Amino acid sequence: MKRLLPWKNRKTAETSPMIDRRLLTNIDWILAGLVVTVCLLGIMNIYSATTPYKMVGTAYFIKQFYWMLAGMTISMLVCSIDYHLLEDLSYWLYGFLILLLLVVLLVGRSTMGATRWLDLGLFNIQPSELMKIVIIITFARFFNNYHSVGGLTVGDVLFPLGILALPAALIMKQPDLGTAILVILIALSMTFYIGPRWTTIVTFICVTIPVAWIGWAYLLRPYQKNRVLDFLNPERSRLGSGYHIIQSKIAVGSGGIAGKGYIQGTQSQLRFLPEQHTDFAFSVFAEEWGFVGCLVLIILYLSLVLWGLNIARRCNDRFGGLLAVGVTAMLFWHIVINMGMVIGLFPVVGVPLPFFSYGGTSMITSMVGIGLLQSISMRRFMF
Amino acid sequence: MKERRFVREVVESKQRILILSFVVGAVFFLLLMRLWHLQILRSDDYREMSENNRLRFVPVAASRGAILDRNGKVLVSNRPSFSLAVVPQEVLDKESLLTQLSALLGLERAEMDERWRKSMGRAKYYPIVLASNITRDQVEILEENRLRLPGVEIEMKPVREYSNGTLASHLLGYISEISEKELNAEGYEEYNSGDYVGKNGIERALEMELHGDDGGRQLEVDARGRVLRTISETYPTVGNSVVLTIDSAIQKQAEQAFGEQAGAAVAMNINNGEILAFVSNPGFDPSLFSGKLPADIWKGYLEDKRRPLENKALSGQYPPGSTFKVITALAGLNDNRIDDSTSVNCDGAYTLGTSTFKCWNKKGHGTTSLRKSLRESCDVYYYQLGEKLGVDKIAATAKAFKLGAPMGVELQNEKSGLIPTSEWKQKRFGKRWFHGETLPVAIGQGYVLTTPIQLASMIATVANEGTIYRPHLVKRIVDADGKPLRETKPEVIGTTSFSKESYRLVKQGLYAVVNESGGTGAQARLYDVKVAGKTGTSQVVKMRDSKQGTPYQFRDHALFVAFAPFDKPEIAVAVVIEHGEHGGSAAAPIAGRILRAYFDGKKPPRKEPSAAPKATEEPEVDEKAATLEESQDSGDKSND
Repeated sequence: MKRLLPWKNRKTAETSPMIDRRLLTNIDWILAGLVVTVCLLGIMNIYSATTPYKMVGTAYFIKQFYWMLAGMTISMLVCSIDYHLLEDLSYWLYGFLILLLLVVLLVGRSTMGATRWLDLGLFNIQPSELMKIVIIITFARFFNNYHSVGGLTVGDVLFPLGILALPAALIMKQPDLGTAILVILIALSMTFYIGPRWTTIVTFICVTIPVAWIGWAYLLRPYQKNRVLDFLNPERSRLGSGYHIIQSKIAVGSGGIAGKGYIQGTQSQLRFLPEQHTDFAFSVFAEEWGFVGCLVLIILYLSLVLWGLNIARRCNDRFGGLLAVGVTAMLFWHIVINMGMVIGLFPVVGVPLPFFSYGGTSMITSMVGIGLLQSISMRRFMF
Repeated sequence: MKERRFVREVVESKQRILILSFVVGAVFFLLLMRLWHLQILRSDDYREMSENNRLRFVPVAASRGAILDRNGKVLVSNRPSFSLAVVPQEVLDKESLLTQLSALLGLERAEMDERWRKSMGRAKYYPIVLASNITRDQVEILEENRLRLPGVEIEMKPVREYSNGTLASHLLGYISEISEKELNAEGYEEYNSGDYVGKNGIERALEMELHGDDGGRQLEVDARGRVLRTISETYPTVGNSVVLTIDSAIQKQAEQAFGEQAGAAVAMNINNGEILAFVSNPGFDPSLFSGKLPADIWKGYLEDKRRPLENKALSGQYPPGSTFKVITALAGLNDNRIDDSTSVNCDGAYTLGTSTFKCWNKKGHGTTSLRKSLRESCDVYYYQLGEKLGVDKIAATAKAFKLGAPMGVELQNEKSGLIPTSEWKQKRFGKRWFHGETLPVAIGQGYVLTTPIQLASMIATVANEGTIYRPHLVKRIVDADGKPLRETKPEVIGTTSFSKESYRLVKQGLYAVVNESGGTGAQARLYDVKVAGKTGTSQVVKMRDSKQGTPYQFRDHALFVAFAPFDKPEIAVAVVIEHGEHGGSAAAPIAGRILRAYFDGKKPPRKEPSAAPKATEEPEVDEKAATLEESQDSGDKSND
């Protein structure tokens, strides 16, 4: 029983895991303000992006608003829990998530081809999305108890790499390249934050190149390879996915300095853009608001990421700091990969822009992350 | 020591945060540089590319999949058709253009206006279809005047061709332009106005298989609309083809047998539920619905008392009449109320309390056994049995045969029929069940309703002694090259728990119906195959027995269910002739012809098809039946 409820005898969590009234006064309003501002900009943009759609049921921007409220509620729940509790739960969570990923793989296989099971397809996304958060917690737990002098050696990183490889492989198998890459990037960011030795980095690179080659040859699906190739040479295929990149670049570029005006973007209103309310939402925004709008949005995101790092810096315990870095890395990579894709710097991978793209899954995951940041920020005076 | 390490780690991590912040800043700066490059340095190029008159999207409709019969005979395919479309953004003067078009091509102005109005709010690049199905002459006129008509385009689309006219029209269904309601419905998100979708039958039920994926070309054009180059292109994917379980030879024979009579017939393989023929008569011409349906034809369809647009095999609900005696008999055998030796005296009527229930044969059938009760369709026998059993036991047996619920055929709008129970009556009318109401139920009258497909399934289940297969119409889905994608596997949706002996006794009775002297179904007899069956005549309204001069809509429905061969059954048939009056004389011969077609088809292919043995055999059978049963084939008549 004690093992299952480890927080019962923890010093750091002597106060109840539920929210302490004093904590309320410490709410990080800058963090909350930045997130809500981006969310509202996102909803405004989704309204424009979905104007040309034939509507079925509730409009997307209204649904996104509900998602935002749901996300904020979850965020508040998360921040009311003392994050130290997660340290003890981390490996349990990890094990549970691996189990879920396995279940998804098995169920996913048996239902392939039957359209009516697509509803279950939504469920597929969840475990891999949650893995983003759980990998942060797991890595934070691992590095928290791991002290090395002079940086991580090759031997030091073997265990965390194993912890990472298992879910990454399972997610890749689904196949969900975007999420797999993100999970890897988040974990690597945290490892770099702890600080590997130069020799470790060099060894790592030497090993990665042949592994990547094998992965390219055997693991990637043809369509995933196509995306990478299309990115490397957009003119390669005018029929398939290269088209998305060209159209998106046209949209962004034609926005100019001041943009074409709200709901006036020809590229988006004429539906030249693929998935313009989800992954390519930024493309719509860039077309209609131009460089000025993009500048504002990028400054908002930059502030959010820097503020996340600031929370990590202010945090006085290693675990909290690691968590904060992890969550910030998650947001950072989402933002960079999505924007990079929209403006033709990266290949098209299905990575949404946090708080800005339409979608409940992304909103919830990001908000859980914000809840963790909030939890860390609020408790910085507690020790 | 530990303290010092902790402090060092904290200091180190704070330094690293600083480094990370710089990295983040640098990456975001890079993003901004890229945006600067796209939106400021190269803005003009991209703006030009996005200019309204530079890019145009030309949809390329996917060719719809074909529908084939079980032997690969094409029932539905495509041929090219042309339509007139305009790209709104290139039209200089809408009014004058429409006037010109209507003058050149003789198209109705009001209709073009209407179509234009409906497409408002869509992309200005997107062509609006103003007239579908224009003739080749009209295409030529348009080509000649192309330069004077900026924005006008001719689109080639494949249209549906129903190679056999009205054959199996309800089964195949038709396609037509998507309605505004459908555009907003779930599952149709990828569709645009002007697209064709299946509205009925297989065309609708398998829309998602048949439709394929539309493609499109993105073109760069100059200010005059001339194509400079193709920027991107996605090719349409041809829809999958559907192979039906239907045998078009049997289908044809069945429809011919119906002639002008209204009704439905279903023939089914008893060992897997494959539907071999699916008739709802009269039919309609599905190809008329793809274009603009002429008003007079539409009016004709609507005013026809025989309701040609209704799929009677699936949505027609008829009292099963005496065919239901099969159920009552099985219920009685199962409940040990009757056996082989039970007999009842029929004097032409049965009295319960103050009501009298008449047998169709006013003279009475005399001493009647189970076999005789089925053979001669004695009503009194079943009145007495029904009274003993009570309505709920009869209903339980009917429900064991999956009557009273949709069978789950692939098509939409399948009706469930109705099997009354005392509970149902309490719920429906708030009244308790009266004993006297059970008696009509026992002979398939009263509240009982069934669909032809349920009747076919019922008799198939009797034939195979208890296995209920889901009746299905789709044998397999194949891709455009004919490569099989999915095969429908026979699905057992239920089994009954009646004894072999019960089935044997009932089947003996059904054999007698067709093959013994006095049997009501003699006209379904075949010279070379043993047929078993049951006639039914179901009342439409309570009328006096004024046979002559009964108005059409008040005449009784004629039914016949059958299976064959008796010893090793393969096929089950149910026939309903609306207002056909007598099951034995109206429905049984049609069932016979369907069975004939089936067994002819099984014979090894003949070297000389011109010999047409069918033509010579059929009258022979009919003659035989007629001479044998002339005095007795007047069918059965239910209670008054």
